[in-house]
Amino acid sequence: MKTVRFSFSIVATFILLIMISCDKTMPFAPEENTLLDGPIEGLSTEQQIQFLKGDEAFGDDIFTVEKGLGPLFNANSCASCHAGDGKGHPFIGFTRFGQTDATGNQFLNQGGPQLQNKAIPGYQPEQLPVGATFSKLLAPAVTGLGLLDAVSDAYLISLSDPNDTNNDGISGVPHWNNIPDYAKAQLRPNTISNNGKYITRFGKKGNAYSLLQQTAEAYNQDMGVASIFEAIDTYSGLEIDPEIATQQINDVVFYLKTLKAPIRRNESDLEVLKGEQLFTQINCASCHTPTLQTGFSAIDVLSNKKFHPYTDLLLHDMGAELDDGYTEGFALTSEWKTPALWGLGLSKDSQGGRYFLMHDGRATSIEKAILLHGGEALQSKNNYKQLSEAKQQQLLKFLESL
Amino acid sequence: MKTFTYYNPKTYILGALLITNLLLHSQKKSVDITRVKIDTSATQLNMDATYNRPFLKSGKVAVALGGYLEANSMYSSEDGVSEGLSFQARRLTLFMSATISKRIKFLSEIEFEDGTKEIGIEFAAIDVALHPALNLRGGIIMNPIGAFNQNHDGPKWEFVERPNMASEMLPATWSNAGFGVYGKTYKGKWTLGYEAYLSNGFDNTIINNTENKTFLPAAKENEERFEESNSGKALLSGKIALKNRKFGELGFSYMGGVYNKFEAGGAVLDKQRKLHVFAIDFNTTLKKTGTYIVGEYAFVSVDVPETYTQQYGNKQQGFFLDIVQPILKQKVLDWEKATLNIALRLDYVDWNLGTFNETQTNIGEELWAITPAISFRPTSQSVFRLNYRYQWQTDVLGNPPGMKAAWLFGFSTYF
Repeated sequence: MKTVRFSFSIVATFILLIMISCDKTMPFAPEENTLLDGPIEGLSTEQQIQFLKGDEAFGDDIFTVEKGLGPLFNANSCASCHAGDGKGHPFIGFTRFGQTDATGNQFLNQGGPQLQNKAIPGYQPEQLPVGATFSKLLAPAVTGLGLLDAVSDAYLISLSDPNDTNNDGISGVPHWNNIPDYAKAQLRPNTISNNGKYITRFGKKGNAYSLLQQTAEAYNQDMGVASIFEAIDTYSGLEIDPEIATQQINDVVFYLKTLKAPIRRNESDLEVLKGEQLFTQINCASCHTPTLQTGFSAIDVLSNKKFHPYTDLLLHDMGAELDDGYTEGFALTSEWKTPALWGLGLSKDSQGGRYFLMHDGRATSIEKAILLHGGEALQSKNNYKQLSEAKQQQLLKFLESL
Repeated sequence: MKTFTYYNPKTYILGALLITNLLLHSQKKSVDITRVKIDTSATQLNMDATYNRPFLKSGKVAVALGGYLEANSMYSSEDGVSEGLSFQARRLTLFMSATISKRIKFLSEIEFEDGTKEIGIEFAAIDVALHPALNLRGGIIMNPIGAFNQNHDGPKWEFVERPNMASEMLPATWSNAGFGVYGKTYKGKWTLGYEAYLSNGFDNTIINNTENKTFLPAAKENEERFEESNSGKALLSGKIALKNRKFGELGFSYMGGVYNKFEAGGAVLDKQRKLHVFAIDFNTTLKKTGTYIVGEYAFVSVDVPETYTQQYGNKQQGFFLDIVQPILKQKVLDWEKATLNIALRLDYVDWNLGTFNETQTNIGEELWAITPAISFRPTSQSVFRLNYRYQWQTDVLGNPPGMKAAWLFGFSTYF
């Protein structure tokens, strides 16, 4: 009987300890600054509800054949390309083809602009047409997009220097582009039009006007899902019934607009601070503009905010090495929109533990990415190469802190 | 509500209640109702689990009834976000068996999962005994893949959760309309058993589902599998088990066939795509310490179209290992053979074995879990369980794993 009492008292004590310390046996939440996911601060309850709906649609909604996937596609969910809201991985990269200049895409009748290289069972995926130039692309991170969206056109124009009047060798230009009718129906406040063209700012070539256009095109081109905005089936080329509710697209757009900006880490570290100074000294900051300012936004918390994306949202000539001979809109084949550097240090946590940087993931480290810069960024690259190894490390530490 | 049956569950329940009433009525007339004891003799194999249950039986009625109930509370948290305290009525299962005549018997098992969220007939078959080494079975059969699929009754296990490998890689409980043969033979300390069935099987959902991975359990959603084969081809499943009274039981099993609808109305839709599942299971009790060890490993190969996304893997593997150590075995209160156990389970599943074509780096989609447990069995038919489960799970890219932990307290009992 003593053994029984002893055993049960041990078990009872154990259970009691558990009840007292239940939460301490649970996994700790990762530090907020190590996550890209999460809403921007200050959303109302109603906005948080819509954010959660968008989060679920973006992160958890998997498209199956029955839900409208394909027949041709690249991915079957938003999160496939943007795991953890971060950058894409080469296994889920995609290819665009068929346009070499401002005369437009010459291969639209052969499946352009996007190569849907996967197909549901029973169908054959697209093949790259003979003679089509192309670029392989990885999806960008989607954090802080609402802030980038809320920067006014006038502000972007003020950053541009098409004729390089300051003789720094850098001549960023806004991408004046045609936009679809549904994007025209939802123009941003005080948008500026120039001969029927608008400044487009999303996508690697800065080819999309708004997050609505980016989202609707992604559903259509990446997943083969038709909507009221993009109603043409990528397989048949015919208009078909919507395969996704308009409300779901609106929720995803709201989610993208209200995702928080990446939070920096180790920003007070001495080495990081020195690296930050070097970043400006060697002229990286001329294109990767540290601070931008939003204008008015219908979402209060996005209005009139200073933020630090390290981009100017402008097109720059990046030289021959990054010129794939393919373009979109009115950009030159050598021109790329400056990618935001915020969240750079967290990229590998959404790319399977390794960096895959530049537009196609060809750079497997931050340093390799720097060394691929050319064109307008050639001088900055050379400046970097001339730094001592210690200073190079300081710069890299700064970039990893973003 | 999902029902995986062509029987009306209500009819089944009414029938069961009627028979229960008959049993109780007969009890009033002083007719014995006895509980059929689980046969723990050394000749019993895992394949006998379906019939080897503690049924209630009346001497004069050729029908035996039984069932089990399991429920638990759970407190869990994932990556620091608590999911709070929940109470779960996981399963209510009813068995009914009948001896129809000499050499012909019937058994059915109906299960209600999570209340009435899922209702399914997991087993409903006629057995015809020709010889101990040759029996015929037909109806809704449980495919003999691994050990857990046929031996899944909650009260037999010290853990609240089912093994991930068995229920989230393999589709336990996996049953289909089908026919086959089984038998056993004995020699000295050895027992050899076999089973082989042809049945309906899987469908395209195993590579087209909202789990976003090759997921055999997705085929359980197909209610048509009790009526027709999606592919038009039979699923072959078979097992050979060998038991030595001293060393325990070792089983080798296979399940495979065409899973996709490759033609319809005379038109060819796709090539025939096959899946193959290989499993090894074992169980033993160490005589010196009384330690019970049970485990299972399975490998899955699925012909996924090359032009489909790598998100859906063509190879999977997983295992679970349970170690149960009785630490007290004696009379407690009025329970003559009450047992207190400590136990440990290891779970592992890789839903997408291999490397990415583009980077030659490992594809993720892996899960590891460890579950220490304490269980108390007042009798062998009932178990109270306290489990702590800690789990690591990576996404397809192998990004830093999501961590989840849970405290589970519950019971499972035959009735």
